[in-house]
Amino acid sequence: MPEILERRVISDSTLPIPAKVVSAEVVEPRRLKTEEMILNIGPQHPSTHGVLRLEAILDGEMVVDCVPHLGYLHRCFEKHTEAMTYPQVIPYVDRMDYLAAMNSDHGYALAVERLLGIQVGEKVEFIRILFAELSRIASHLVAVGTYGLDIGAFTPFLFCFRDRETILEMFEKTCGARLLYNYMWVGGLSHDLHPDVLGMCKEFVKVNRATHKEVNNLLTFNKIFVERTANIGVLKPEVAINGGATGPMLRGSGVKWDLRRDDPYSIYDRFEFEIAVGTGMMGQVGDCFDRHWVRMLEWEQSLNIIEQILEKWPHNDTTDVQAAVPKRIKPPVGEIYSRTENPRGELGFYIVSKDGINPWRCKVRSPAFVNLSLLSVISRGYLVADLIAILGSIDIVLGEVDR
Amino acid sequence: MTAAEIVEKLSANFYQKVGEWHEMKASPYMTRMGSYMDVTDASFIRDICLFLRDEPDLVFNNLMLLSSLDNGDKTFSVVYHLESMTLKHIFALKVTVPEANPIVPSVVSVWNHANWQEREAWDMMGIQFQGHPDLRRILLDEDYPGFPLRKDFKTPEFFRGMKVPY
Amino acid sequence: MYQGLHDLLVSLLGENTLSTIITVTAYSAVPLVFILGYALIAILGEMKISAWVQDRLGPMRTGPAGVLQPVADILKLLQKEDLTPTKADRPLYNVAPFIVFLGSYAAFACLPFSAIYIGARLNTGIFYIISISAMVVVGIMMAGWGSNNKYSLMGAMRSVAQIISYEIPAGLAILTVVMVSGSMDMQKITELQGGGIQNWFLFGGPKTLAGFGGMSSFALMPFMVIAFLIYVVASLAETNRVPFDIPEAESELVAGYHTEYSAMKFALFFMAEYANMFAVGAIASVLFLGGWQSPFGDTLGGPIMGFVWFIAKGLFFVFLQIWIRWTLPRLRVDQLMYVCWKVLIPFGMATVLCVGTLIVWFVK
Repeated sequence: MPEILERRVISDSTLPIPAKVVSAEVVEPRRLKTEEMILNIGPQHPSTHGVLRLEAILDGEMVVDCVPHLGYLHRCFEKHTEAMTYPQVIPYVDRMDYLAAMNSDHGYALAVERLLGIQVGEKVEFIRILFAELSRIASHLVAVGTYGLDIGAFTPFLFCFRDRETILEMFEKTCGARLLYNYMWVGGLSHDLHPDVLGMCKEFVKVNRATHKEVNNLLTFNKIFVERTANIGVLKPEVAINGGATGPMLRGSGVKWDLRRDDPYSIYDRFEFEIAVGTGMMGQVGDCFDRHWVRMLEWEQSLNIIEQILEKWPHNDTTDVQAAVPKRIKPPVGEIYSRTENPRGELGFYIVSKDGINPWRCKVRSPAFVNLSLLSVISRGYLVADLIAILGSIDIVLGEVDR
Repeated sequence: MTAAEIVEKLSANFYQKVGEWHEMKASPYMTRMGSYMDVTDASFIRDICLFLRDEPDLVFNNLMLLSSLDNGDKTFSVVYHLESMTLKHIFALKVTVPEANPIVPSVVSVWNHANWQEREAWDMMGIQFQGHPDLRRILLDEDYPGFPLRKDFKTPEFFRGMKVPY
Repeated sequence: MYQGLHDLLVSLLGENTLSTIITVTAYSAVPLVFILGYALIAILGEMKISAWVQDRLGPMRTGPAGVLQPVADILKLLQKEDLTPTKADRPLYNVAPFIVFLGSYAAFACLPFSAIYIGARLNTGIFYIISISAMVVVGIMMAGWGSNNKYSLMGAMRSVAQIISYEIPAGLAILTVVMVSGSMDMQKITELQGGGIQNWFLFGGPKTLAGFGGMSSFALMPFMVIAFLIYVVASLAETNRVPFDIPEAESELVAGYHTEYSAMKFALFFMAEYANMFAVGAIASVLFLGGWQSPFGDTLGGPIMGFVWFIAKGLFFVFLQIWIRWTLPRLRVDQLMYVCWKVLIPFGMATVLCVGTLIVWFVK
């Protein structure tokens, strides 16, 4: 093994030595010997959101450095894809970001469709967008709820899950699955929309707006919550872009960047919505509060999009949702990098086809993986409690980080 | 800037270090997101990236993805998908190295995003990134034998005394 | 009540040491029996109130509407394996839960449950309670150190810092009442507040107190309300309840100082916490809300109703603590100290000063 493989030794960071005291009267107190403590947070820990291990090097309760160790949930996604045909990959994509499986499906289906040059029908696009947005709300509900848990508020979590239940019910009615859907196929969908769903959706938007307000009152504008999150884990915009942060993490830093607007896919260009950005409402731009606030705003924007979708719904379109599904998927030689906006950020698929029925290479750019890599940058110098708050605000899904 | 202009600019500035421009012609999206430019001299990749990032009319401030690729002919590639968030243009570079000597200069100093992606490429494909500050395995165990995403990778019979295929 | 019990035993066993020992044991076991019964209700209350706050049902399977859930929980805890970490400091580890429980239980000795029942009528009752409940700190520190776990140690350190800090504002709030009543005897403080709700110290104290002519004690009311609020906040912190549950902050420190404990040792920590919750509520009710006194003067008064009022007032505070727990997020450790040293203590000192000035003014 080459020497670069050697495990990095974290050198003892020396304490700042106080400036020499000039005055004769003041005697410099004897400095006590202090040691840094390494605290392993995880792999089993209530707030690592899965099996993540953070090796936190602490000076008292202050985080000197924080090294994430991944891989506890590694399931060889990329290796698997090389042995699977293109449609067989979709269930594996579901299992990456299991809180927003619809969005991941959408991303992968789009990537292969673009590689093949397939255009799906109007109705399919509408159903896809509707479900992607519902899934985005479901994902943000979990993110906001568990963030409350991280800060210590238990109740908003259950309010959020109550609403998420309705969304999962809609998915269940349509495709039979509640978490891992295998719903968006290359060129179409596995099932047509269940006739009840549109009605449920209308009802849901109303109920959900009330929940949004409730969560805002109970959590977002709670004095303690603001104190805990404002000015904590500040991510500067240039650091965010350089580090590849995307999604609410990037927008929380005040960068107006949303692929639904900046690289429109599907039929997002037909709908009006605003890109939420962090403004430093309670502290500095790019702190934990901003990231949380961006999620809250995005949740509201998704509701707006759903309302517009319901308005413009093509009721007369009765084409089969599987009309464009190709019998045999065998893309020509070529490669593509296709990306979509997931609740957590930019989900990209780099697919190389060598004229076979399975991908030659399928590399995933998982937003949670990239966002997590910035954790050690933004958590230095804060307390352990803040480390948890920062980790929660990044909103990782370990299934996607480890793939 | 269009891709053609960027290609021209790169060819002018890095004479003979960059190779030909592979354009995907299947669809406009493919052309935009699938085309790439070869970098013939791997040791120049960091300089090229720095140039792409810092040139005022290029400003590729966002590394979308760094991926490794086994070409199946005893060579590996590293692909850099770049994007300028301000000027909204997209470009891709591909550098190919032989299996015998898979060394590519690290671009962590250019884009911090490359840090974990390069670690993953090392982990999965065994490409060494020169100048990487912390090149450790990231997803697999530190003592895992071999690099699983290489096409010639054979699953070991035993790992730490445990039989692998159950 | 002690005399009655003693007489009964003397008539049965004769005047000897045995009858005295049995009397003392039985008499002092009353709070223990109470704690056991109360813990069951409080655990169920915690479940049901949290369910009510969170729009759900809570436990529904064990017994009618789930009322037997705490019993089932305790049975489960009894059956669990009593684990000790290999590298734990065994003596400290094993003795810590008992010390913690002892600290909470000993405080009950000076709680006047009724006119006829108080464990020990000390003339320094409230002072005794403050000092004996500080013993909990020792137990927590032992648990944190003995567990040989970093989370436990951090939790214990935080807990000790927190409890000791918050004893100052709590002490200042108590001091205001002691100054007005002129006594540290819990029973006497309660007796002074007889004759109706207007005589409670929250509303300025008894109108017949020496020196305070007529309604003039109402002048004390704003300060007493502030003292009351300070005490309620400080007591939340002393019992390690949300928003001050930093020592056992679940999302950071797993379970704080009792991370490594299981079975009955854990149950003892658990019970100590609940006992403490009631104790601080009872102290608040004795100091500010008239203890066992009925709010309607002599109506619904008397020794038996005294028990009811006292427990009802104590449980009200327990309810308040549970309600707050399921509503608010958690503070950070430095913010917690900020609240204590920069908000509660200055206000507490100002209150003591103002009350003192008023007493001098009125009493002359």
